[in-house]
Amino acid sequence: MLEICNLCAGVDGKPILKNLNLQVKAGEVHAIMGPNGSGKSTLAQVLAGRSDYEVTGGSVSFNGVNLLEMKPEDRARAGVFLAFQYPVEIPGVNSTSFLKAALNECRKARGEEELDAMEFLSLVKKKTKLLELDQSLLSRSVNEGFSGGEKKRNEVFQMAVLEPKLAILDETDSGLDIDALKVVAGGVNKLRRPDNAALVITHYQRLLNYIVPDIVHVLVQGRIVKSGGKELAMELEERGYDWILETVAANGKP
Amino acid sequence: MSDSLKIVFDSFANADANGLPHWLRTIRGAARVSAGQLGFPTVQHEEWRFTNMAPILQLPLHPAEKLKEPLTSEDIAPFILGLDAYRLVFVDGHFCANLSSLPEPGNDLQLGNLMGELARHRPEVEEHLTLYADTNANFFTALNTAFFQDGAFVFLAAGRTADKPVHLLFVGASEQPGATSLSRNLILAQRGACLKVVESHISLSDAPRVTDTVTELILGPEAQVEHCKVQQESARAFHVATIQASQGRDSQWTSHSIAAGARVARNQIQTVLAAEGAGAILNGLYLGDAEQLIDHHTVVDHAKPHCESHEFYHGILADRAHGVFNGKIFVRQDAQKTNAKQTNRNLLLSDDAMIDTKPQLEILADDVKCTHGATVGQLNDEAIFYLRSRGIGLEQARRMLIRAFANDVIERIGIEPVRTRLEQMLEQRFATGEV
Repeated sequence: MLEICNLCAGVDGKPILKNLNLQVKAGEVHAIMGPNGSGKSTLAQVLAGRSDYEVTGGSVSFNGVNLLEMKPEDRARAGVFLAFQYPVEIPGVNSTSFLKAALNECRKARGEEELDAMEFLSLVKKKTKLLELDQSLLSRSVNEGFSGGEKKRNEVFQMAVLEPKLAILDETDSGLDIDALKVVAGGVNKLRRPDNAALVITHYQRLLNYIVPDIVHVLVQGRIVKSGGKELAMELEERGYDWILETVAANGKP
Repeated sequence: MSDSLKIVFDSFANADANGLPHWLRTIRGAARVSAGQLGFPTVQHEEWRFTNMAPILQLPLHPAEKLKEPLTSEDIAPFILGLDAYRLVFVDGHFCANLSSLPEPGNDLQLGNLMGELARHRPEVEEHLTLYADTNANFFTALNTAFFQDGAFVFLAAGRTADKPVHLLFVGASEQPGATSLSRNLILAQRGACLKVVESHISLSDAPRVTDTVTELILGPEAQVEHCKVQQESARAFHVATIQASQGRDSQWTSHSIAAGARVARNQIQTVLAAEGAGAILNGLYLGDAEQLIDHHTVVDHAKPHCESHEFYHGILADRAHGVFNGKIFVRQDAQKTNAKQTNRNLLLSDDAMIDTKPQLEILADDVKCTHGATVGQLNDEAIFYLRSRGIGLEQARRMLIRAFANDVIERIGIEPVRTRLEQMLEQRFATGEV
């Protein structure tokens, strides 16, 4: 589904991702772990199409098309979804009408009929239950005045409504207490299907107790230095990142 | 007095309505002297620093004449804002009885054109007209007082609530460059009366016309008046307006100024909180594109203790448009426990758009709460990216954010069909993503 080859990207001329390689197949959940500043969020933002980041080399193919040439909205319509680490508050833009517009854009792109207001509301009802999201939040402006937990829940809720093929969760666990974490992870798990995939970016192993990954990658200094099964996450939790950093340093590769 | 002013004055003087009562002729004479002394404002005047009115003097100014072919109700149908209202229609400053709809005689609400009321020697007109708008400070107010052609008289008796809103519709129809309408409105809400007034200004011609309008509102004790001005004149028009309120004890005035049209528009919106417990809300939204200049000068004069005022102005400016916001708040020595708040936020959609915003607080009392804040910014890139990342296109994302910013003001309007119409107007104006 997703093939990243030798991806190089940076911001303001400063390289951050250096020859990053990653393959994600349908039905898989990949975790990307790494110390602060290793490029985890940059990867997420580059995949979503944020223009502040400059791609200087490599390729990203999504279901056979060149993702890097697509506008952010076209990536979303093609089925890429980024759950933001810091969801943006947008005063004056109503949550419900925003999400309805977004869903209908995605449905149009998939060749599906647009939903009318009634159909949309019944879908919303179903999905809010899944995330135990207070439905009254949706009558407010997008993320405005939401608590940290509500914002993260709202991200996964949007994901549940839009049903992307590839979900990228950028530190969705940060700032969540354990109950909220369970709800968010439970929501993500319920959305797992053989024909979709998820890229779970996290600093801590904790989230992976609830969203069990097929493969864990360690990102250091802009490249994946180690991949393994879910036990790798446990090892990182126990031993921290230092031993990986030391191994990388010993091998002489940045 | 400059020669060009003298020519202007003479042209208006010839049209000076005959048969006006003596007391008014005296006032008009004095106002004319005052206008001459004040002189036509230039950017050297502090109050007009950013607003160059000189292009008006290049026009062959003359009082707009009555149309040869009167307008029909179809002509004005697009401009009634969906309002089921009592309506007074003025075309180029002249009252059009056939397009107006007045309350039945005996209604608590009494409406008429000012010249008609003057001819009937209505005592309230003599008691209040010209008493509130200062002819010694503003040239255009003085000019209006000296030469106004006609305008609306609105009167609501004590303790009554009007059964419908009042719509004052001012239509610019003349194709003559320099055609000038001088309209004068007097709105009286007696003790405890409750009234909503919509004042809209539109153009049917795109000639460089001039509008100089003055509205005086007098709110008795506990009166509640909502006044919504909507200015959508053509891109070559010049529009100057003074709105002056005077508020009695525990009265509540809500003013909205939606300024979307004209090449140069200046709004002077002022209230005197003249007795304890009075409250004023001044909302505004200005939308400019091309070479438009839209200027709001507000004055809230806290003359007595325990009064509140809230000002909330938003501006959206594109292309080379220029916005001006100047908000004066006076708190007199006597006005303890004043609570005054002023907010002006601006969205600049192009590099060449410009805003001059200036709060001006003069506080002479010591136990007061006064806050002000002004912001100038562009559309938030983070928000645009967030919307796009969900599948919403760039243009639609921009439109959503602009509309949200404008709606923050529009949704404060308490006259429902007007709010909906304005939302539709915004929708159309933002259809291309630019203002």
